[in-house]
Amino acid sequence: MRFILNGAPAEVDAHPMKRLLDVLREDCGLTGTKEGCGEGECGACTVLIDGEPVVSCLVPFAQAREAEVVTIEGLGGEHPYQRAFAEFSGAQCGICTPGMILAAVALGPAPTLEEVRTGLAGNLCRCTGYEAIYRAIHSATA
Amino acid sequence: MRTATNPLDLRDPRTLDEALAILAEDGPRTPIAGCTDVFVNLHFGTTPARRFLNLWALDELRGITAGGTLRIGALTTYTQLIRSEAVNDWLPALVAASREVGGAQIQNRGTLAGNVANGSPAGDSLPVLAVADAVIVLRSASGERRVPITALYTGYRATVIRPDELIVAIEVPRVEGRQWFRKVGTRAAQAISKVVMAGVRGPEPRIAFGSVAATVVRAPATERVLAAGGSIDDARRALQSEIRPIDDVRSTAEYRLRVAGNLLRQWWVESA
Ligand SMILES: Cc1cc2nc3c(=O)[nH]c(=O)nc-3n(C[C@H](O)[C@H](O)[C@H](O)COP(=O)(O)OP(=O)(O)OC[C@H]3O[C@@H](n4cnc5c(N)ncnc54)[C@H](O)[C@@H]3O)c2cc1C
Ligand code: FES
Ligand code: FES
Repeated sequence: MRFILNGAPAEVDAHPMKRLLDVLREDCGLTGTKEGCGEGECGACTVLIDGEPVVSCLVPFAQAREAEVVTIEGLGGEHPYQRAFAEFSGAQCGICTPGMILAAVALGPAPTLEEVRTGLAGNLCRCTGYEAIYRAIHSATA
Repeated sequence: MRTATNPLDLRDPRTLDEALAILAEDGPRTPIAGCTDVFVNLHFGTTPARRFLNLWALDELRGITAGGTLRIGALTTYTQLIRSEAVNDWLPALVAASREVGGAQIQNRGTLAGNVANGSPAGDSLPVLAVADAVIVLRSASGERRVPITALYTGYRATVIRPDELIVAIEVPRVEGRQWFRKVGTRAAQAISKVVMAGVRGPEPRIAFGSVAATVVRAPATERVLAAGGSIDDARRALQSEIRPIDDVRSTAEYRLRVAGNLLRQWWVESA
């Protein structure tokens, strides 16, 4: 099946009901996408499909056909949010971080604190208490 | 926990006619839309379903149009409902409900028809659709029929939708009066409702509750008290004898009954 993965055409032969999360990790070797809960609650597995954040643990691979999928690897490591999360301790154990960053990226160039709170409401973090995450996003967009 | 994919069988039609033909000739199959209920049930072993029908490619089931009625395509997501001018104009209570369904990721994928077909009594859109007298448009290879939302459910997560039918759209007439929606849960994002209420304050007050019975319910006796000019205390008493909530893991019957009464009063005060 064909889709666009991090800007490049990809063709992967996997079961259409396989979770997109597993296709990315196992078939594409992109392990930046994390599994937290596996039931849509935590947002750790967030990726962008056609620019919108979705939880890849609830997307059957068949529904990624011809879509543009962006994972944390697609940001290239030097995205301002990636640097800011490191600098402001927005990441501790790091399991939530790829999902947090992608959900934040989807909010556009300079989201307000309120937009960040609402936009990240589907992403849980057990380590940071969220304030460091909000600080990191704010500093990168200020 | 994840379910092995080998025994799973998916048909992936490109048109609605093709999908309906598959259901007629190669059913029964569980339709999948945004998959936010189906995949949770599949991977946590609460569904025996192994044969599926992917609806996601059926663009015929997308789109919102407003004419004599507001027609919302089955695959419309919560995000699309929130962004739609027509829905903000006709049915602001549905926008309010959509904002409280999960986080952005669930709102981007979860669909209105999925919420309706899933039939959980806690489904947040259902009380809104019930007070709006929404009609569910069902289609099979042999034709189309329209079922009022209040006639759709026959029991806990049981509906009159036949295995060869799909929801193609939800139609809503103009609602006269001020709309109101409130969900009481453990936290704003991602929480399943303990009690959810929608109300319309107009010439004929309309009230519907979720999570207080096996299905979404209107409260006709309570509505009659208010329509006849009765006090909110009388209405509250009518409500307490009209609904019979249950105890479950999320809450007790007594708590739900009390919260339902409080919501009724809050609605009446806020919509005055
Ligand atoms: C983390 C999380 C949070 C959630 N929070 C909420 C919440 O706050 N409030 C709430 O109400 N729900 C919530 N849900 C549940 C779910 O997101 C909604 O019920 C959603 O609307 C389901 O839509 P879907 O398109 O994903 O349905 P799917 O999972 O694809 O399908 C659900 C059911 O509907 C059937 N179906 C779907 N489309 C059709 C159709 N066109 N015709 C016939 N049958 C069809 C399927 O066969 C299945 O039985 C939550 C889920 C998760 C994972
Ligand atoms: S792993 Fe997908 S939301 Fe938690
Ligand atoms: S950094 Fe550990 S869960 Fe967020």
